[in-house]
Amino acid sequence: MSRFRRLSGIIVVIIFAGLLASTALMSGQRLFHNDGSAIQRETALNKYGFYLEPVNAQSGISFRHLCPQLDPKLKHIEAQIASMGASVSIVDFDNDGWNDIYFTNSRTGSFNALYHNLHNGKFEDVAAQAGLADVNKKGTGVSMGAVWGDYNNDGYEDLLLYKWGKPELFENVGGKKFVNVTDSAGLPGWVNANSAIWFDFDNDGLLDLFIGGYFSEKYDLANLTTTKIMPESFRYANNGGRNYLLKNMGNGRFKDVTTEYGLTSTKWTLAAAAADFNGDGYPELFVANDYNVDEFYINEGGKKFVERGKQAGVGNIPKSGMNATFGDINNDGSVGIYTTDITEKGILIQGNNYWHPKTAETSTPEFVNLGQLAGIDNAGWSYGAQFGDLNNDGYMDLYVANGFVSGKKNTSYWYDYSKVTGGNSSIIGDAANWPDMEGKSQSGYQQDKIWLNDSTGSFEDVSSKACPQATYDGRSVAMADLWNRGVLDVIVANQNNIPLVYKNEFPAKSDKHWVDFDLHGTLSNASAIGARVELQWAGKQQIQVVTGGIGFSSQNQHRVHFGLGKDAKVDKVVIYWPSGQVDEINNPQIDKLHVITESKDKK
Amino acid sequence: MQNKAGSLASPGNKISLLDKNYFKYVPPAFITLILLVGQLSFGILDSYVNVVASISASVITEILLAWLLLGTWKNLASAYISGISVGILIRSNMVWPYIITAVLSIMSKYVLRYKGRHLWNPSNFGVSWMLFMAPLDVAGLSIQWGNNLAAMSVIWVLGLLIVARAKRLHVTVTYVLSFIFLAWVRSFITHDAFLAELAPLTGPMYQLFIFFMITDPPTSVSGKKGQIIVVALVALVEFVLRLNSFIYAPFFALFLVGPVAKFIDLRRNAVKAQNKPALVA
Repeated sequence: MSRFRRLSGIIVVIIFAGLLASTALMSGQRLFHNDGSAIQRETALNKYGFYLEPVNAQSGISFRHLCPQLDPKLKHIEAQIASMGASVSIVDFDNDGWNDIYFTNSRTGSFNALYHNLHNGKFEDVAAQAGLADVNKKGTGVSMGAVWGDYNNDGYEDLLLYKWGKPELFENVGGKKFVNVTDSAGLPGWVNANSAIWFDFDNDGLLDLFIGGYFSEKYDLANLTTTKIMPESFRYANNGGRNYLLKNMGNGRFKDVTTEYGLTSTKWTLAAAAADFNGDGYPELFVANDYNVDEFYINEGGKKFVERGKQAGVGNIPKSGMNATFGDINNDGSVGIYTTDITEKGILIQGNNYWHPKTAETSTPEFVNLGQLAGIDNAGWSYGAQFGDLNNDGYMDLYVANGFVSGKKNTSYWYDYSKVTGGNSSIIGDAANWPDMEGKSQSGYQQDKIWLNDSTGSFEDVSSKACPQATYDGRSVAMADLWNRGVLDVIVANQNNIPLVYKNEFPAKSDKHWVDFDLHGTLSNASAIGARVELQWAGKQQIQVVTGGIGFSSQNQHRVHFGLGKDAKVDKVVIYWPSGQVDEINNPQIDKLHVITESKDKK
Repeated sequence: MQNKAGSLASPGNKISLLDKNYFKYVPPAFITLILLVGQLSFGILDSYVNVVASISASVITEILLAWLLLGTWKNLASAYISGISVGILIRSNMVWPYIITAVLSIMSKYVLRYKGRHLWNPSNFGVSWMLFMAPLDVAGLSIQWGNNLAAMSVIWVLGLLIVARAKRLHVTVTYVLSFIFLAWVRSFITHDAFLAELAPLTGPMYQLFIFFMITDPPTSVSGKKGQIIVVALVALVEFVLRLNSFIYAPFFALFLVGPVAKFIDLRRNAVKAQNKPALVA
C-alpha cells in the first residue's frame, strides 16, 4: 500500500470517527423539553420583562375540564380519541369594558363556565344564569369549542358553540341572558367539529360561519355501530368530517353554501383562521388539517373559494395541523401564519411552521416557512398557540400549549401507535386494530412553550423560566388583558384538568408603553371581524387582525394590543375595515385603550 | 447491492434486462421506481432537495473513497441505492442529516472491514446510527407513507420477481414468513390484534428493508442455508426488540445480527482456505 493510500486511510478513519461522535453529541446536547429549572419571579421580571403567575384560586376560577366519554367499543383507545374539548374563548358579553372568560366542558351532563369579570381581580361563573352552562345534555353531543360574534349586529356578542354533536347558537340579549336560537338558525344537525370561526366572507356586513369537521359527521362517538372511524392514513387521510360554510342571511338564519363555494374537502380539520392576504378586501381561509396537508383558500370576491395550498407553499408537506394563528413577528407589516404539529424525538419530527408571506400582496400569496429559522419549530405535541407582546417591548411573543396524553409516568404509547399508523388503510382505519393504551402516556407531561421575540425575528425559549413549571395537557390558548392594565394575560385550557389563568406580573415601574384598539363596525359587521389594524411607530410597522376565533378552539380578546417598547409616540394607526372603509388616526394617545367606531362616510 | 446476480441468459444471445450484464441496473431502477410510485401517488418526499442531497453525498463519497483508498473507479449503482435509501428512510427538517447519513453509510463500507470485506449493509449502518444516536434531528419513515394497496402490490410483485432473479428469494421469503409467525406470537404476548402486529409489514419501510437491505449480497453470508439461518435470526432479534418497543426494530436487528454473522462467515471461510492447502499437501 502506498504511503498516500495509508495516509488517506488514516484520515478517512479519523473523519468517520469524528462524524459518528459529533452526530451523537450534537443530538444529545439539545433537548426539546425544558430542564424545569424555574427561576425566581423577580429574576424573570428583570430579565424578560414579564412573569406569568397562575391565579386560578385568587380569581375564583374553579373550573375543571372533563373529557368526553365514548362508546365502549373505543374504550381501549379512549384516552387518545377523547383528547380534545378543553377550550377557552374571551368575550366582553355585557359590554362593561372588561374581558370575561368562557370555558367548555366535554362530558355528557357537565357544565360549561362563563366567568364574569368583577373588575377586582375576581371572576364569577354566571353561565347557569346566562343559560350557557347546561349545554352538554345527552343526545346533543359534547362541547369542543366556542366562538363569539355579533351575528345580528345588535351590539352584543353572540355565541356559537360547536361540539361533537349539534352546533348551537345562542343570541345575546342585551348582555343579560342568552337565548338558544339553534332551531331557527338552520345549523347542521350533527358535526364532529373541533374548529369554527366567525368571518364575513362576502363583506355584506353580516357575520358568516365556518365549521370544520374532524371525525365524519356520520358518527356519534358516544354511540357507534362500527369501529371503522379512524383516519385511513397518517399522512393522506380524506375520510374526516365535512366542513360547513354557512352564510348569514340576515334574518336569523344561516344557509349552507359549502358546495357552492367549493369547500368540499373532507380532511380532518382542527383549526381555521381567516384574513385578507391578497389585498382584495375579502378574507382568505386557512384550514389546518390533521393527517394531511393544510389548505389555503383564496376568496374570489366573496363569490367562491379556490384551494391554492400548494401554490402558496403551505400545502405541500402533510403533517398534523392543529392550530392556525396570525402574527407579524418582525414588524414588517405582513401577517404570517403559525401552525402547530408534532415533534417527538426519534419518532416524529414534523416541526411547527411559521408561514411568512414571501412577497407583497398578490392574487395568490406565497409563503416561506421561517419556523426553524425563528427557533419556534420544535415544541412537542403542540395544540393551541397565540402571538402577543407579553412584555410590551414592541415585538410579538409566542405561547404554545403542549402535551397529548399524560397517562402513567415513564410509559409510552408511541411504539404501539407506530405499528398501526404505518400500516395499510384497512388496518389503521379500524379502531379495533389499535393496541390498547393501558393507561400509557403519549407525549405527555410536556411543558408549554413560551418563546420571547428577541426583536430580530428569532425567539428565545423562556418556558418554565417566565412561569412556574406546569405539565398539563394544554389545548387551547387565549390572550387577553383581564385586569385592564395594558398588559396581555394568558389563559390556557387543559384537557381533563384545570385551566391555567396566568396573570402577567408586569414590572411595577415599567418604562414600556402600549396602545389598544377596540373596533366596532357600522358599515362592516358590528364585531369588526376581518378589520386590519396597522400601527406605525418609531420606524416600525405592525399589523394585527380582528378575528372571530383563532388558534386551536380558542378566541382572543376582541381588542388588539400593541406593545410599543420605550417609544412614547405612535405616528399613525390605519384601520382597514371589511367594508373597504379606511380610517386613519394620527398620533393616538399611548397607554390607552381606544374604542373606535367605523366612520359611516365611505371614503 | 444485488450486483452479483446469476445468469438466466436466453438462448440465441438475445439482449434481456435479466441478462447478468444488464441486471446490475435493475435494482437501482427498481428503487427509483419505488421512489417515483411513492412520490407520484402520495408525494412521499417532503422535499426533492433532501433525496438529491443524499444521493449526491453518497455518490461523491463513493468516488472519493474508491479513488483515495483503492485507487479505482467503482460502479456507482450501489452508492446510488444507498443514497436513495437514505433519502427515503429518514426524515428530518434539515438537509444536513441526509448528507451526513449518506456519507456515514458509504464510509462504513471502507472503514468497518474484515478480511477486505465490509460488514454492515451501508445504508443500514447510516440509518441505524442516526436513528439511535441523533433522535433530536432524525426520525424514520415508519409512520409517514400512504396506504394505497395497489401501489404497494405493484412494488411487492416487482420486488419478489427481482429478488428471485437475484437468487435471494429464499432470504425475503424466510424473513416475511418469520415476521408473520412472530407477529402472531407477539399478538398473544401483547394481547394486541394480530393485524396490529402485522401492520408494519404493509408499510413502505419494510419494502425497502425486505428487497434491498436483507438481500444485500456483499453483506450476506455464504451459502443458502446460512443465509436462511441469519435472516431468521434477524427476524428473531427484531421480535425481541419489538417486545421492548423499539420502533425501528428491523434496522437495529440487521445492524446487530448482520455484521456478526458476516464476521463469523468470513472467519470460517478463511480457516477453511488455510486448511485446504494443508490437506492437499
